[in-house]
Amino acid sequence: MHGDFISQLSIFVLAVFVGYYVVWSVTPALHTPLMAVTNAISSVIVVGALIAAGPADMSQAKILGCVAVALASVNIFGGFAVTQRMLSMYKKKK
Amino acid sequence: MELQANMTSFAYLVAAVLFILALRGLSSPETSRAGNIMGMLGMAIAVGTTILSPEITSYGWIIGPVIVGGAVGLLIASRIAMTAMPQLVAAFHSLVGMAAVLVAGAAYANPASFGLLDTAGQIFIASRVEMSLGAMIGAITFSGSVIAFAKLQGLVSGRPVVFPGQHALNALLGLGALALVIYFCLDQSPWVFWSLVALAFVLGFLIIIPIGGADMPVVVSMLNSYSGWAAAGIGFTLHNSALIITGALVGSSGAILSYIMCKGMNRSFFNVILGGFGGDSSAAASGGGVEDRPVKQGSAEDAAFIMKNAGSVIIVPGYGMAVAQAQHALREMGDELKKAGVKVSYAIHPVAGRMPGHMNVLLAEANVPYDEVFELEDINSEFQQADVAFVIGANDVTNPAAKTDPASPIYGMPILDVEKAKTVLFVKRGMAAGYAGVQNELFFKDNTMMLFGDAKKMVETVLRSLD
Repeated sequence: MHGDFISQLSIFVLAVFVGYYVVWSVTPALHTPLMAVTNAISSVIVVGALIAAGPADMSQAKILGCVAVALASVNIFGGFAVTQRMLSMYKKKK
Repeated sequence: MELQANMTSFAYLVAAVLFILALRGLSSPETSRAGNIMGMLGMAIAVGTTILSPEITSYGWIIGPVIVGGAVGLLIASRIAMTAMPQLVAAFHSLVGMAAVLVAGAAYANPASFGLLDTAGQIFIASRVEMSLGAMIGAITFSGSVIAFAKLQGLVSGRPVVFPGQHALNALLGLGALALVIYFCLDQSPWVFWSLVALAFVLGFLIIIPIGGADMPVVVSMLNSYSGWAAAGIGFTLHNSALIITGALVGSSGAILSYIMCKGMNRSFFNVILGGFGGDSSAAASGGGVEDRPVKQGSAEDAAFIMKNAGSVIIVPGYGMAVAQAQHALREMGDELKKAGVKVSYAIHPVAGRMPGHMNVLLAEANVPYDEVFELEDINSEFQQADVAFVIGANDVTNPAAKTDPASPIYGMPILDVEKAKTVLFVKRGMAAGYAGVQNELFFKDNTMMLFGDAKKMVETVLRSLD
């Protein structure tokens, strides 16, 4: 499992390129929703927090994990909801 | 077991692809809402997959924090004013940063449950580098975002805090942090890890305090980028491709936005980061004498008369408009003008507002159709044909000195060519200089009429005069 640093690095570098091209295609009018939604998706860090909070036994790691789950949840729910709220405001000329 | 692991990895890949599609949707407002739904779906898949994995055996300690955090998040998202969006985003960045620190801390405290131990019971060297970098960037993101939040919210002064030896101190602390990352590879004692985290908290604080209020668009974008790199760092630690891909997306997104903002001000990234800009933005800084020159002053009635009889009006809103909450009155004014047969459009400078795209959201909230709102490069050539440029709450971004005066601090900054319009109506409180502390030559031009007063009251009076 630990020999695959290079394959992880490959994923990372390719994703940076994907991000570069995708983000340049975002219309400047939607840059604020872009920041809100990138914020929400970067909270996928919650998967690490869940693994830390998951074991049955109480430990320092579990406490840190629980707090991280709560913080990331604020971001996930708040981030997607506020993005949706903003996007619903963009209307075309009638 | 092997099948289970493959299924998990596949689910994370699906989540990552959905996140890419969420960003892709933002290329136009029509596709953006569907994109956001895909983002939510991706998150649900990532979280669901993790919860169902065999590592997780106790659910009580997960459901509680999710409900509490989720409720707080939804409440904030439904209540927040659109003008406060920059501070909300800063606050959210701080949470991602803190979560990264906590997850790295948890992985450090219990490396076995993350599968990070070698046969000798030591944490893998690669994992040490990954978790220490993730924790360091996360901590910088956290404290930096807290300061950005405090400045944007007005809890502390937006003025840059500068002191002698600041840059040397920051450089020293930065090198110290990197030295601790290296030392952590040799010695995995708790003091090394936690001193690194503490040092990074201090560093994040010190990096942001010298940066002034109006440079916050760059700071918020930069912290957006950092939060992504922190997530990617943790992704490497956890061998989680969804986290690595997402971190890379967010990191490059924030970096691109920082670049766009810097270009909008014609300043290098380092110039903004080193800070101190706009520290003396008082009128005195522009030098005496200039203010004595006469300006042509007009009333709301004059403005209403001119605009009603115009063929086309371009409205140039700036942050001052948002501060005065004039966007709704402004849209009503635009509606009245359209009824009178005037072509109305809006011109947005890249750094109008306190975060990228902020002005567009504020206008959208006020029900301005997005196809009447144009970016600088799309509308700048149209000022020549426009009868009226109506500047409200903007200043530096219209200053012709950016093109004509090489000695000006804003020289080279792209500006909206409002001076090319037949008449320029300039709504302003008084004659004070803008953020950059430079006088605007536009005020003294023959075709400029100054409308002194509060932006909202002025627009409301113009609106009444239009009927």
